[in-house]
Amino acid sequence: MAQFNEMFQGTEVRAPYARLQDWVATMPEELRSLKQAEAEALFRRIGITFAVYGEGGDPDRLIPFDMFPRVFSAMEWAKLERGIKQRAQALNAFLVDVYGRGEIIRAGRIPGRLVYQNEAYEKAVAGFVPPKGVYSHIVGVDIVRTGPDQFYVLEDNCRTPSGVSYMLESREIMMRMFPHLFRENRIEPVDTYSEKLRRTLASVAPAKCAGEPTVVILTPGHFNSAYYEHSLLADLMGVELVEGQDLFVEGECVWMRTTEGPKRVDVIYRRIDDAFLDPLCFRPDSMLGIPGLMDVYRSGGVSICSAPGAGVADDKAVYTYVPDMIRFYLGEEPILQNVPTWQCGRPNDLAQVLDKLPDLVVKEVHGSGGYGMLVGPKASRDEIDRFRAKLIEDPGNYIAQPALALSTVPTFVEEGIAPRHVDLRPYCLVGERIELVPGGLTRVALTEGSLVVNSSQGGGVKDTWVLAE
Amino acid sequence: MRLTVDHVTRYAYDHPVRSVVQSHRLSPSVFAGQKVIDWEVTVTGGVKGAQHRDGAGDLVQGWTIAGPVSEIAVAVRGTVETTDLAGVLRGHRETVPPDCYLRETTPTRADVALVTLARSASGEDLLQLAHALSAAVSDAIAYRPGVTHAHTTAAEALALGEGVCQDHAHALIAVARIRGIPARYVSGYLSASADGSAHEAAHAWAELHVPGLGWVGFDPANRACPDDRYIRLGSGFDAQDAAPIRGIARGAAVEVMDVTVAVLQTAQ
Repeated sequence: MAQFNEMFQGTEVRAPYARLQDWVATMPEELRSLKQAEAEALFRRIGITFAVYGEGGDPDRLIPFDMFPRVFSAMEWAKLERGIKQRAQALNAFLVDVYGRGEIIRAGRIPGRLVYQNEAYEKAVAGFVPPKGVYSHIVGVDIVRTGPDQFYVLEDNCRTPSGVSYMLESREIMMRMFPHLFRENRIEPVDTYSEKLRRTLASVAPAKCAGEPTVVILTPGHFNSAYYEHSLLADLMGVELVEGQDLFVEGECVWMRTTEGPKRVDVIYRRIDDAFLDPLCFRPDSMLGIPGLMDVYRSGGVSICSAPGAGVADDKAVYTYVPDMIRFYLGEEPILQNVPTWQCGRPNDLAQVLDKLPDLVVKEVHGSGGYGMLVGPKASRDEIDRFRAKLIEDPGNYIAQPALALSTVPTFVEEGIAPRHVDLRPYCLVGERIELVPGGLTRVALTEGSLVVNSSQGGGVKDTWVLAE
Repeated sequence: MRLTVDHVTRYAYDHPVRSVVQSHRLSPSVFAGQKVIDWEVTVTGGVKGAQHRDGAGDLVQGWTIAGPVSEIAVAVRGTVETTDLAGVLRGHRETVPPDCYLRETTPTRADVALVTLARSASGEDLLQLAHALSAAVSDAIAYRPGVTHAHTTAAEALALGEGVCQDHAHALIAVARIRGIPARYVSGYLSASADGSAHEAAHAWAELHVPGLGWVGFDPANRACPDDRYIRLGSGFDAQDAAPIRGIARGAAVEVMDVTVAVLQTAQ
């Protein structure tokens, strides 16, 4: 498989990386290891050690940071930006639709079974349209690249995608260590993210809210692997970071306990799953949520971001239909392509998948984090046989995709600099407006040849640059 | 028929509790078979909270009680004019698609015995099949209070061969879903009959979705479809999801619940 190297085409350096070529060429070996150690110390000091959402793994393990930036030209980014915004808009239109009249299902474009029998479809919010018609306020779109102009969406994250703190901290650390790079290159800033996020959240305050909305971040607590990110975002936005016990329902509102007495809360950016939000509506044993929250939410007394039920749009089986959503709701052709996907639940698809299993990547429909997946080209015969048995036993639980030749970016490794595979997760904000900060989280598979970029599987992170022109 | 309801749920705590929050589905459903004459829900020391009609058509009312309190009484009193529609839920507005109710939940999860029971029923059309499934559940699970509890599953009740209305409803939902028929749990009231079956005045049954008719109620505990002796309150995937009262209190207290219900037929 020909792999696209984002920096080199043959011996030629691609334009966006031109200045980095000099930077690396003139960097002494000692300086490099010194800087790498410094970067790690900085990451450790700020305490950013969590795993990206749903990846599990050791919450205290430091995720390796690679100093070699990943660069996009202004033109490349312009296309990505249009494609991501288009997707975020269509996903939200889909959510409003399936909790309303379900036109896309009536029109036969998506099987109702995939939506209505999906665990993530929340009956409790059927018939409800959240403020501004937005269900997913932060859409994390995972993108891979296979060529100069070939970008594919691997999956969408419509609930509470995390990792944005890596985007912010990677930039911070790079600017601190290599200030000259930011003078020599015109790099779009990413530190506007927190202000844009705050504006987005405030823009979806309930109609009942008078004056400046009170926004809070609801965290499951300090034992959560993304707690650092929750506190960083609260800090940057200047809003309170709260746990379930800090909030309570009284009358028709949600209140926050403060030293000056109860304060009404208008918008909750929650970083806990639907199931734990309200023991009176969802899991009765949940200690993380706020009893009665859903009754207030449904009557328009408070906004919850992302809206309960948003998860039905990012299910791996529903993913296949996102291009159809774009055509159906926006009347446009998708700008970003899906990875061709076989639904193993369909007999025809299953037969094809079993036929070429060694060439495919097989994933669990509800899985995440690179666990329980098969990377055919990297798997042993044994592993493939074991997966074959699993597929036959429960085909509906799996999808399969061709193993893509993911692009590479030069990365600092033991032996010097070598190409390593990367992906990208930008964070699209959806409120009154749809906004995208130029940048995102670039994850890199540090093991040579590995295609799995998840931090739980030995992945690291890079700063992601978008050039101003 | 005119039915009057007097339903009091008392919660007693051995230590005072605070910040009690409840969510009620205690209003008669709005459909062609029911007309509310008067209806009132009171909660001692309670503040009425947010109210909304959910996607399944149920009126959901929140309540909060700041406390500290050692006893809470939720009293439901009212009169409803009912009409016998042979179980058909005519004129009920809802947005939740029927297919949503094909989903399994813990108490309605299928096992081999439930699958066998589901396959034993047959009918010329879906409506007949639904009747046959309901009859099969009535035959397989005898009415007997005290042998099952709040968390008994359909599979467990079927294995026991005994249970109460909640178990019948769960079992019917399970077998209907096995046969591909959307089914849901309904909570409500049943008026006392002459033979004194008032112990199930706070009642539960199931609804199955039959194309052409919509949702149709089946009460395997009484081998009947709900008629004008029934008052429908709300629905859900299972008993917990359809509970007329869901609540939580802050404080480490032991809760003792006592329920009295009287549903009487009154002269007009």
